[in-house]
Amino acid sequence: MRIKKLGAAAAALVLAGSLAACGGGDDEVEVASETDFEAGTTMAEIADRGTVTVGTKFDQPGFGLLGFEDVPEGFDVEVAKIIAGALGIAEDDIEWVQATSDIREQVIEDGDVDFVVATYTINDERKQRITFAGPYYEAGQQLMVRADEDAIEGPEDLADNPDMKVCSVTGSTPSEQIKEYLADEDQLVLFDIYDKCADALSNGQVDVVTTDNVILLGLASESDGEFKLVGEQFTEEPYGIGIEKGDTEFCEFINTTLADNEDAYLDAWDRTAGEVEGTEAPTLPEADACA
Amino acid sequence: MSPVLDNLDLYWSGFLQSLEFIVYTLVGSLLLGALIAACRVSPIGALRGFGTAYVNLLRNCPLTIVLFFMAFGLPEIGINRSYFFFGVMGLTLYTAAFVCEALRSGINAVPAGQAEAARAVGLTFTQTMRSVVMPQAFRSSIPPLGSVQIAMFKNSAVAGAFGIGGDLFSVSKILTSARGYDIIPVLIGVAIGYLVITLTAGALLAVIERKVAIVR
Repeated sequence: MRIKKLGAAAAALVLAGSLAACGGGDDEVEVASETDFEAGTTMAEIADRGTVTVGTKFDQPGFGLLGFEDVPEGFDVEVAKIIAGALGIAEDDIEWVQATSDIREQVIEDGDVDFVVATYTINDERKQRITFAGPYYEAGQQLMVRADEDAIEGPEDLADNPDMKVCSVTGSTPSEQIKEYLADEDQLVLFDIYDKCADALSNGQVDVVTTDNVILLGLASESDGEFKLVGEQFTEEPYGIGIEKGDTEFCEFINTTLADNEDAYLDAWDRTAGEVEGTEAPTLPEADACA
Repeated sequence: MSPVLDNLDLYWSGFLQSLEFIVYTLVGSLLLGALIAACRVSPIGALRGFGTAYVNLLRNCPLTIVLFFMAFGLPEIGINRSYFFFGVMGLTLYTAAFVCEALRSGINAVPAGQAEAARAVGLTFTQTMRSVVMPQAFRSSIPPLGSVQIAMFKNSAVAGAFGIGGDLFSVSKILTSARGYDIIPVLIGVAIGYLVITLTAGALLAVIERKVAIVR
């Protein structure tokens, strides 16, 4: 028994060592060694604290996905690391908090997080409660169908085929925007996550899945050719970084940081969402005015 | 409370959708539950075995798993129906197990002497059940049946995650995620909606209970 235990301990040590090596190896985001912020600003507060709390999605492949590791992975996560780096905070000092779509504004207002990067579409309703930095990415809504489907070539074809069910996620922007293309509301099927839409598309319960192109590309690439994307992007979904309402200094700091780190930004894309077949490398969109 | 007042139409449509769902499930689960309860107390061994197996299986599975099998399992074997249908079916099958046990507790509450007396005066099994045991069993089952059905009303919120959409609980997701409202007042509005249903049902049950009360 004693030997077995020792063996197990040794194996655990080796495993821990190799994991640690993995964790340290891909530290590709630059961390500012010296920072000097005006006292009283959010940046100074975070830099003094030495840690930052970031809200992101834990269930969005390519953008923010919590797998077997302790930290989420994805493009949003990498963007957050770039911002944290400019504040002088290494990625190990970032605390990740799950920010699902229904509580994003809440966690910002309550001060539970310093900022939120979570496939967060900038819109006027949300701006009433928080301030957006960015946009850092322009997504757009698209349609996904089974590979053998040829009746649907774009959103305009949906109303002509009222028996075809369209799937999206409850409360998402795409689910609201698709309504104007539908024959009636019964054509829309809503789930809590997109994986269920993909399953329903696969087993014939629905005929179309719609959401932002990048999410669809992730699902299509996982399906081994069972699904395909059709038509053009028919909306513009600028993703922003949510911060406390009225914090224009922090907003401008984030915009400047992103503009100064365009290479890191493109690298981050290539390592995450860019790995999915069919995605195009983005160019950093021009930031909106901070207000 | 303005998020609620500004969106009363959305709440109302969610309320109606949930109510429709609940009514179908209520009727379905009471009928099926009574049938299973009859199986469990029947003199035929095979039926008793089926009843016991049904209750043990459905009562001990988490509701989400039952709903998942309906919404994603049945289409896999070629059964394609609306998600509303799958949802009603899943919740009906699940609730029927609890209805069965509530009814059975009522049957067991009737003293054995009553059935024996009925047999002694020459009633058959069916006559004994129909005229002596069941009327008394039903009355003492009212309180547990009420609890089971009120639990079902609230469980209907879970079915919203299985493609039904537009139910009362989904309203909160639409308002908070898509329209950016504060989640707390929105959820208070949802809670009020469910309370309207459950408190009304509770009051109705109290009335029925008084009407059919027996003095032992």
